[in-house]
Amino acid sequence: MQPLIRIRGLTKRFGSGCDRCLAATGPEHDTNLCPHCGSVLACNDLSFDLFPGEALGVVGESGSGKSTLVRLLHFEWEASAGSMDVHRSAAGSHLLAEMFPENGDYSRNLLLLSHFQRRQMRNALMGIVYQNPHLGLRMGVSSGGNIAERLLGAGWRNIAKMRQRAAELLEKTEIPIQRMDEPPANFSGGMQQRVQIAKALSNNPMILFLDEVTTGLDLSVQARVLDLIRNLRSEFNLSMLVVSHDLGVINLLCQRTMVMKAGHIVEDGLTDQILQDPQHRYTQLLVASQL
Amino acid sequence: MITVENLTKTFTLHILGDKKIEACRDVSFRVPPAGFLGLAGPSGAGKSTVLKCMYRTYLAGSGAIRYQSATHGMVDLATLPDQAVIDIRHREMGYVSQFLKVIPRVSALNVVMEPIVSRNGVTRAVARKRATSLLERLRIPAHLFDAYPATFSGGEQQRVNIARAVSWQPRLLLLDEPTASLDQDSVGIVLDILKELRQEGTTMIGIFHDAMLLQSVTDSVYHIG
Repeated sequence: MQPLIRIRGLTKRFGSGCDRCLAATGPEHDTNLCPHCGSVLACNDLSFDLFPGEALGVVGESGSGKSTLVRLLHFEWEASAGSMDVHRSAAGSHLLAEMFPENGDYSRNLLLLSHFQRRQMRNALMGIVYQNPHLGLRMGVSSGGNIAERLLGAGWRNIAKMRQRAAELLEKTEIPIQRMDEPPANFSGGMQQRVQIAKALSNNPMILFLDEVTTGLDLSVQARVLDLIRNLRSEFNLSMLVVSHDLGVINLLCQRTMVMKAGHIVEDGLTDQILQDPQHRYTQLLVASQL
Repeated sequence: MITVENLTKTFTLHILGDKKIEACRDVSFRVPPAGFLGLAGPSGAGKSTVLKCMYRTYLAGSGAIRYQSATHGMVDLATLPDQAVIDIRHREMGYVSQFLKVIPRVSALNVVMEPIVSRNGVTRAVARKRATSLLERLRIPAHLFDAYPATFSGGEQQRVNIARAVSWQPRLLLLDEPTASLDQDSVGIVLDILKELRQEGTTMIGIFHDAMLLQSVTDSVYHIG
């Protein structure tokens, strides 16, 4: 099986950078701050593949670079270096036919696309759910309207059809249809997360980014959101990148996991192997720290 | 079907000053297709470690685990890329221990049905029938079929666990004391099910704490430690 997307050498540096940044930061120094030039290397030379239909976990402490990684892949921030290419079979690749070399299965580097092309690619290919629903939703606009906005971005124009699609998605994510005209501001935290998920799925993405989606929810609500994600994953055959500092969430959702520390991937492997036979010093500490 | 050569596993505990613990050393054996190998040895000898290395829950330190896969050809499970291991686990290789580790908030019937649906490519109706008959055979009361196994007694959980492991007829099945703490009658039922599974062609490697049991179900025994 070929990867759906391939990431190579992905790097995000805040600051001017110097030629000693690489050597002076990372897990062995326990920092991502370069002592020589003061730059922060939030993500440093990350390389990995995401396969079709798989859920890949990303764990690590606060500040390890997990959320930066998601923002780079979702084209919210510009990468300082590296490449991301997508398999020809991916949704939306027809929009960018010129991006695929004649005999190659993979696109050229998506990180070098124009802003407009990246937005097109994102609308066709990706969905995202943030920890903070304020980032993913307009709190004052109706829940149906939030979804319609996303559908407009993906090229939908027929109002009745958009409304029908919004109703279907809200039903799947267990929001009462009678409340679809209410703004998310009226909803509880768990409901807001479910509206975010409905919105993220509205364009039938192949890749879903989940950034700490259950953090801050109480346990029973967390369980419901996780069950929903699990069911939707098999229904939509989604590839997911699941960012969490909660090993329980990763264990439940992901077959493979990467461990990040100070902007680096220090270890990756099958999730049960990472949890039961962690190799890296930091992963051992992380697993031993579990409640 | 599967050949283990000089398998050695050592854990390095970084948080205890890089302390090294050797879990098993130079384990070598061979299991023919549809064979059943028992692993014997004192507690702590590394029997479970060998099974976990084969399933890749542990990374082998050195040595090889050569497996003739139906879909991937001859592979070394010690070094095979993760993605291929996931695929082999999904299509061919099952693992069952005495501890039920299932997804929370899923009913007993669905726990057993899920691998049949996703791995055997049959309809839900067929899967339901097979799962129901397995649970009935393992004497799980019918009124528990739609309850969550987390609330079951230890013995019931263990039987649901076995039903899930055998339901999809894996090609290779690793058993880590699956019958520990089951009553005599239940053990008999489980052994009958394993026997049938072997007749269908499943290769097995198992750990059983009871020496009599070990001798009666396996066709060869490898002593560790």
